[in-house]
Amino acid sequence: MTDFCGLSLSGPVLNGSGTFDAIAAQRTFGDALWDAFPFDAFVTKTITVLPRQGNPPPRLWETPAGLINSIGLPNKGLEGFLEGDLPQLRRLPVPLVVSVMGYGPDELAALVRGVAPRDEVEALELNVSCPNVASGLIMGSDPAETARAVEAVRPVTDKPVIVKLTPNATDPAGVAAAAESAGADAVSLVNTLKGMALHPRTREPWLGGGAGGVSGPAIRAVALEQVHAVAGRVGIPVVGMGGITSGAHARDFLDAGATVVAVGTESFRDPAAGSRIADELRVILRQERGFSGVTAVPIDPR
Amino acid sequence: MSGARTLAPFGRRLAEVTAVERIGAYALLCALDADGPADPAPGQFYMVAAAERWGAGADERPFLPRAFSFARAWPRPGGGAALDFLMEDVGPGTERLIALGEGEGLWLTGPLGIGFAEPEHGRPLLVGGGIGVAPLLCWQDRLGRDAEVLVGFRSAQHAEAAGLFAGEPRLATDDGSAGRHGLVTDLLAEELDTDARATVYACGPPAMLEAVRVLCAGRSVPCQLALESGMACGYGACFGCVVPTREGYVRLCVDGPVLAGAALEVVA
Ligand SMILES: Cc1cc2nc3c(=O)[nH]c(=O)nc-3n(C[C@H](O)[C@H](O)[C@H](O)COP(=O)(O)OP(=O)(O)OC[C@H]3O[C@@H](n4cnc5c(N)ncnc54)[C@H](O)[C@@H]3O)c2cc1C
Ligand SMILES: Cc1cc2nc3c(=O)[nH]c(=O)nc-3n(C[C@H](O)[C@H](O)[C@H](O)COP(=O)(O)O)c2cc1C
Ligand code: FES
Repeated sequence: MTDFCGLSLSGPVLNGSGTFDAIAAQRTFGDALWDAFPFDAFVTKTITVLPRQGNPPPRLWETPAGLINSIGLPNKGLEGFLEGDLPQLRRLPVPLVVSVMGYGPDELAALVRGVAPRDEVEALELNVSCPNVASGLIMGSDPAETARAVEAVRPVTDKPVIVKLTPNATDPAGVAAAAESAGADAVSLVNTLKGMALHPRTREPWLGGGAGGVSGPAIRAVALEQVHAVAGRVGIPVVGMGGITSGAHARDFLDAGATVVAVGTESFRDPAAGSRIADELRVILRQERGFSGVTAVPIDPR
Repeated sequence: MSGARTLAPFGRRLAEVTAVERIGAYALLCALDADGPADPAPGQFYMVAAAERWGAGADERPFLPRAFSFARAWPRPGGGAALDFLMEDVGPGTERLIALGEGEGLWLTGPLGIGFAEPEHGRPLLVGGGIGVAPLLCWQDRLGRDAEVLVGFRSAQHAEAAGLFAGEPRLATDDGSAGRHGLVTDLLAEELDTDARATVYACGPPAMLEAVRVLCAGRSVPCQLALESGMACGYGACFGCVVPTREGYVRLCVDGPVLAGAALEVVA
C-alpha cells in the first residue's frame, strides 16, 4: 500500500490528467478494463465550468521521442461531467481524482464546490496552467496567483487538493512552496512544456491551436530536475511525471523525491503501460533494495 | 447506421510478422496475431508499431504507433487471427513497417473503432481511392459477390492492388495507364445515375471522400465514409484525432473511423 496525502493506494502509479479516458477505454476494451485497471488512482481529464469543444485540428505533432499536443481542454463542463461521466466512473476499482481548471479563483472554487461533495470523488487536482482572466497572468507561473487559487478552494473542501504545476514557470519550486503555504495537500509535476511545429509545406504553425505542449521521453530530464527541486523545497507529497516509460524511470522520479509517479504519453503507445511500469518498478525495488512494498522511502538526493 | 465493434484485448500485444509482399506501389504486411480476436469488424483498425528499432528513422521518428485498417483477417484454428495490412510508404513509420522481415515482432493494439454497418438499402457499392482500398477488401469478403467495387489509383503500378479484390472491380487511373482515364467518382456517378438504389461505402483521400459525400447527398443515397486523421492513441485517450461533424468534434478513433456521410458538413 502507498499512502498519498491521506489516500491509501494499492501502488504508486497514477495517470497524468488528460492522457487516459476510462470511459472511452471501456468502450474499446470492454469490462476487462476494470479487472486490469492500469493505475492505482485515476485522474480525470481537466474539466471547466462551461463545456469546451477544444482547439481545431490538427492537434498532434510527433517529435523525436515525444509529442506536441494542442488539444485545448475539450470537456463537457461541470454539469455534463456530474451527470454524464461521474455515474460511469463509479465502476472504477481505484480512487478517483478530478482535475479542474478555472479562469480565476472564483471559478476554481465553484468547480470544487460542485465536484468535491460527491462521494465518488476522493481528491481534487487544480490545473493552474491557464490565465486568470482578471490579472492576465498564467496562474501557475506565479507564486502569489497560485496561492490565491489554493486559498479560494481550501475552505470549500476537506478532501485532498493537489496542485498541478506548470514547468513553464521561472521558479517551479517557488510556486510549489506558495501552494504548500496556502494549504495544498500535494503538488504534481510536470505539465507539458510549451512547444510548436511548422507545417512542412506552408511553413505556418502546424497545430490548430498555434503552439502546444510537449510531452513524452523528450521532456524527462527537464521533469526530473524540476521534481528534484520541488521535492527539496516542500514537505507535502509530490507526484512526479514527464516522459516515464519504464520502471527504471519511475524509480528515478521516486529517488528524486516524488512520493508517487504518473504516466502520460506512454499510455498512448500501450494502454496497459501503467501496470507494466508498476511491475517493473516492483522488480527493481525488490532486487536492488531487498523490499517489495513501494513506500515513500526516498533516498536523500544530496 | 450503427456499425460493428469487436472488443480489443486490453493493452498492446506482440504479434509476429509472417511476410511482407510487394503489391505494385504498395506493400502487404502479414502478421500472426495469436492473442487477438479472430473476428475484427471490417472498417476497424489496429495501432501498429515495430517491436524493435521503432524511433530510428527520419527526424528520429516514429515514436507513436501508427493506425492501419486491417485489409483481411483469417481466424486461426488455435485462436487469434492472421492479419493483412495494406500499406503505402509515406514516412518513417510506414517505411520501418514495410522493411520488417518474417519472424520479427509487431506491437498491436486493437481492433479499434467502429466498422461498417450493413447496407441500409439497395446494393452495396464499395468505392476506394488509392491506399483507401484496404478496409474495403475484408468488407467485400463479408458482403459477398453482389457487392460492386469501384477503385481509383494514381497509375497502373498502384492499380495492381485492384487485383486483391474478388471478381473484376471497375477501375480508373489518374494517368489513364490502366482502366478508365479519370476519377473513381466518375465511375460512381455513372453507377448512381444508372441505379440510385445503393448504399455506398468509401475510403480514400479527403478530396475523394468529399466528392463521394456530395454525389450521394445529391441523390439521397446513404454513404458510410472511412476517414483518417492523425492519431496518437487510437482508443479515446488523447482527444487528438477529432474531426468536425454536424454535432461538433468527434474522436475518430472511438466514434469512427467510419462515419455516416449525413453526419458530416464537409470532409476536410
Ligand atoms: C483509421 C486509420 C486507418 C488507416 N489505415 C491505413 C491503411 O490501411 N494503410 C495505410 O497505408 N495507411 C493507413 N492509414 C494512414 C497511416 O496511419 C499513415 O499513413 C501513417 O500513420 C503514416 O506514418 P509515417 O510515419 O509513415 O508518416 P508521417 O511522417 O507520420 O506522415 C504522414 C503525414 O503526417 C503528417 N506529418 C508529417 N510529419 C509529422 C509529424 N512529425 N507529426 C505529425 N504529423 C506529421 C503529414 O501530413 C504527413 O503527410 C490509416 C489511418 C487511420 C487514422
Ligand atoms: C494529449 C495530452 C492531453 C493532456 N491533457 C491534460 C489535461 O487536461 N490536464 C492536465 O493537467 N494535464 C494534461 N496533460 C499533461 C499530462 O497530464 C502530463 O502532465 C504530461 O503529459 C507529462 O507527462 P508525460 O510525459 O508522461 O506525458 C496532457 C498531456 C497530453 C499529452
Ligand atoms: S487517437 Fe487519441 S483520442 Fe483518438
